[in-house]
Amino acid sequence: MNYLAIIIGGILINNYIFSRFLGLCPFWGVSKQVETATGMSLAVIFVMTMASGVTWILNRYLLERFGLNYMQTIAFILVIATLVQFVEMVILKVSPVLYQALGIYLPLITTNCAVLGVALLNITEGYNFLESVVSGAASAVGWSLAIILFAGIRERLAFAPISPSMRGFPIALVATGLMSIAFFGFQGLFRGILF
Amino acid sequence: MRRLWNTFSNGIINENPVLRMVIGMCAPLAVTTAVANGFWMGIAVIFVLTASNALVSLLRKVVPAEIRIPIFIVVIATFTTVADLTLKAIQPDIHAKLGVFVPLIVVNCIILARAEAFASKNNLLYSVADGLGMAIGFTLSLLVLASIRELLGNGTWWGLQVFPQTFEPAIVMILPPGAFVTLGYLLAGLNVLTGKTEGTRGT
Repeated sequence: MNYLAIIIGGILINNYIFSRFLGLCPFWGVSKQVETATGMSLAVIFVMTMASGVTWILNRYLLERFGLNYMQTIAFILVIATLVQFVEMVILKVSPVLYQALGIYLPLITTNCAVLGVALLNITEGYNFLESVVSGAASAVGWSLAIILFAGIRERLAFAPISPSMRGFPIALVATGLMSIAFFGFQGLFRGILF
Repeated sequence: MRRLWNTFSNGIINENPVLRMVIGMCAPLAVTTAVANGFWMGIAVIFVLTASNALVSLLRKVVPAEIRIPIFIVVIATFTTVADLTLKAIQPDIHAKLGVFVPLIVVNCIILARAEAFASKNNLLYSVADGLGMAIGFTLSLLVLASIRELLGNGTWWGLQVFPQTFEPAIVMILPPGAFVTLGYLLAGLNVLTGKTEGTRGT
């Protein structure tokens, strides 16, 4: 039940884009086409799931054990940066096809605040190892859902007659706001059943 | 002297990170539910950006080009930790409200962008001026955004009742959708004022 709550919470209720404001730079940066958005999504799901697990282990067995909690931010960002590099090398070695698809998106992920965000939030929520990994994966799926949906809207926006001053970021922001209202509907959906 | 002033004011007006460049958007949208939150977030960013620009500028001749990004990130992470712990000590309530967004200053694109694009190429004085200008520009746009949202969403400004009690606040303004819509219309308004008809970037 707890895992179901984490999964539905991560994907729909506390969606990283529409409710927690995490990972917005790539959300607007690579959402011009559904194809690139999908590529970025796969890379983010991969890295966020791994980062959740690795930072949990790091926090429990290194930082907490030696009373180094104040080093959390520095340790996490270094581990995430290294992890991204490592993942990039492994993918290149194991599957050049996948590397072709994800390659250009991977370096961008280091500065995606959703990755560091999920690592820090897992610790704040007090999740255990498995819960952290599930929460990382679910949040990443929620982020992907948001960016792919938005890329679909944006492809239409490109041809829509929009007043000149609204073109570009303003209309993208307002569209995101409207999608956020739609996702707001999920807030009450599971209240009382799961939480 | 004139060049120094231009470097400083560039971040506030021409290249305002939030309202002009539209980068590092997570924190501005998330913390502007109340003016006080936006203000303290701004103070934290002023400290981190100025200090990291200064240190990156001092280190620019000794840092090997290949590993400069990891080094910049460590520098930024160090100052972010200092800001995080200091804020926790002096403003525990605000710190709790800002939550994860204080440590997340470390991945804010503005800070790494200034380290890479400006501080690693300029001397200490100009780097500090650039950092201060950018961070003050960031803080001012946070205050504008937070003022609109708090006034319309809660009828208050920094906790003070502005509108009469009969005013029915639009709660949506302090909820996530309000953040996106407010910033969208703010940017559109600026485009009208400056006579700029094309978006800064993107479609």
